[in-house]
Amino acid sequence: MAVSAVEAQGVTKVFGSGAGEVRALDEVDVAIRQNEFFTLLGPSGCGKTTLLRLIAGFEQPTSGEILLEGQPIAGTPPFRRPVNTVFQSYALFPHMSVAQNVGFGMEMLGKDRRTIAETVERTLDLVKLGGLAGRKPAQLSGGQQQRVALARALANRPKVLLLDEPLSALDLKLRKEMQIELKRLQGETGITFVFVTHDQEEALTMSDRIAVMSAGRILQVGSPTEIYEKPTRRFVADFIGETNFLAAEVVAGEAGSLRVRLPGGRELSVLDAFEHKPGQTVTLAVRPERAELAEGGAEAQLAGRVENLVYFGTDTTYHVGLEAGGGFVVRLQNREGARRRHEVGASVGIRLPAEAVQVLRD
Amino acid sequence: MLATLRRHPALQRLLLIGPSAAVIGFFMVVPLGLMVAVSLMGRNIYGGVHWGDFTTEAYVKFLFERNLDDTLAFNPVYLQIFLRSFWLSLSTTVVALLFGFPVALYMTLQREPYRTVLIFLVTVPFWTNLLVRNYAWVLLLRDTGLINGALLGLGVIDHPLPLLYTPFAVAIGLAYSFMPFMVLPIYASLEKIDFRLVEAAYDLYAGRLTMLRRVVLPLARPGIVAGSTLVFVPCLGAYVTPALLGGSKTMMIGNLVAGRFSEARDWPFGAALAFFLLAMVLLAMLLQALRSRRQAEAG
Repeated sequence: MAVSAVEAQGVTKVFGSGAGEVRALDEVDVAIRQNEFFTLLGPSGCGKTTLLRLIAGFEQPTSGEILLEGQPIAGTPPFRRPVNTVFQSYALFPHMSVAQNVGFGMEMLGKDRRTIAETVERTLDLVKLGGLAGRKPAQLSGGQQQRVALARALANRPKVLLLDEPLSALDLKLRKEMQIELKRLQGETGITFVFVTHDQEEALTMSDRIAVMSAGRILQVGSPTEIYEKPTRRFVADFIGETNFLAAEVVAGEAGSLRVRLPGGRELSVLDAFEHKPGQTVTLAVRPERAELAEGGAEAQLAGRVENLVYFGTDTTYHVGLEAGGGFVVRLQNREGARRRHEVGASVGIRLPAEAVQVLRD
Repeated sequence: MLATLRRHPALQRLLLIGPSAAVIGFFMVVPLGLMVAVSLMGRNIYGGVHWGDFTTEAYVKFLFERNLDDTLAFNPVYLQIFLRSFWLSLSTTVVALLFGFPVALYMTLQREPYRTVLIFLVTVPFWTNLLVRNYAWVLLLRDTGLINGALLGLGVIDHPLPLLYTPFAVAIGLAYSFMPFMVLPIYASLEKIDFRLVEAAYDLYAGRLTMLRRVVLPLARPGIVAGSTLVFVPCLGAYVTPALLGGSKTMMIGNLVAGRFSEARDWPFGAALAFFLLAMVLLAMLLQALRSRRQAEAG
């Protein structure tokens, strides 16, 4: 197996001490593969930026080790690490031109003038900024500054490119453009990208793999499909997209398959990756678009009444009050024109296909 | 009254500018004009001038001596004092910059409550009189002073080092006196630097010194220029420090001018010397302004 581009082994980072101690990272293990677009996703304060800064070398881990292509890099200052960062605020040097900014890293590495000039030109073309080489950062728009920051980091051909929420300051349209652009650049350059964001949509659309973080821990690592379709923890299921949670009791179970009793008494067979035992209570996660509505009927696993519905054009969201208590959201595509299938107040059954139900670990 | 004002914006402006214009006019233009007049009058050997006795003799005296047969001979004495003042001010500025910049940088890197304490400490020397502070340096530098006493006591030297009444003593004293004028402007411009730029420089393979040279220094330039000007200009006209620490051997322009008005009783020459000093300062500032404009255009 190929060596990981970046690997964190039991990395803990504690800021402050005593009563003011903050545990930003708590025993984090993660392996980022060569040439992948890897995203650290989580709410603010989850430790994702701290992990990025540890990889860049701006902070040192309190304990644990970070490996770059298999080599421990503890104690190596940032200016000797073959990684480059695209900062959230861009951090362009205001007193230098675009070309000087982009060429700065190569100049520091002692490349000759011609190589620098050529690479600067090529990189600026790559980020579609050809012709702006002589401008100062202050003369550029936010989107252009973003591209300069990107070019400045890419020009050095780092082993790993670290991106700290680089798109958060851009407006929606520009952000969408840059998402596609970043993905294209990653493909063209083949550089490993480690991308930090709190935007789940950004993470899903751009990443090869995502690590979902919360409170200094990595909760789940997987492809966007795995993260969305097969969340293993309540936080992951809740943070990404919309999810219905149901508490269910295990009545029987063996070798990855469980028989659970749902609120309201109906039973259902589901797959389980976590060896739950009969008598335990488990949490089930069901995406709104994976459940189906039935007019009552025997095959439905849950019964309730439509409390509210929201028409979105492409689909309609039904908020159902369950007879056993609690609510459940079902989203149906509007394939059959504008005809509503269920009105507010109607009694409905909710069908849960076995493959739509994800048994969570906690 | 108010209604009249509202109808005449020009009158309004005049009333607003008026007080400050009067203050500047009275306290700056009038004395300066008076000095111009004094410098162009004949000398009264008991002090003051003979009004109405117009002569440019005072300006000639700066460079030339009048022989008995009324021919002029070049006399470099005053020019030497001017050049010495210039070099002393320049070296003082360099010393203040070398010591002041690290101090300002250190202050910038501190956390908030401590940082305010440091700013306060930098201004503490202003709380006592300049004269008193310079006497303190006399106590430190004289033959029986703290430094020589300690070195003699330790057996490092046999005879006291000649520290006091030297250009060195004057430069040290001036650098000490004007240090806050260097530190505070540099601090103000360093404080405005986004320190993520420092991280960006490190990230782009710049070592610590290269980072300082390529990122921090260029961005701190306005503060460095302001601080250097604020130290250099008053140094040129310094009086107390060279009088106390330089003695008669290391005379500067300020002492020369003061001497013309007191012991020498040559008011016109004193006034003329003051205008040579003023011209020197204005020239230096003009050059600086031109330079920074050229730089702004270039970059």
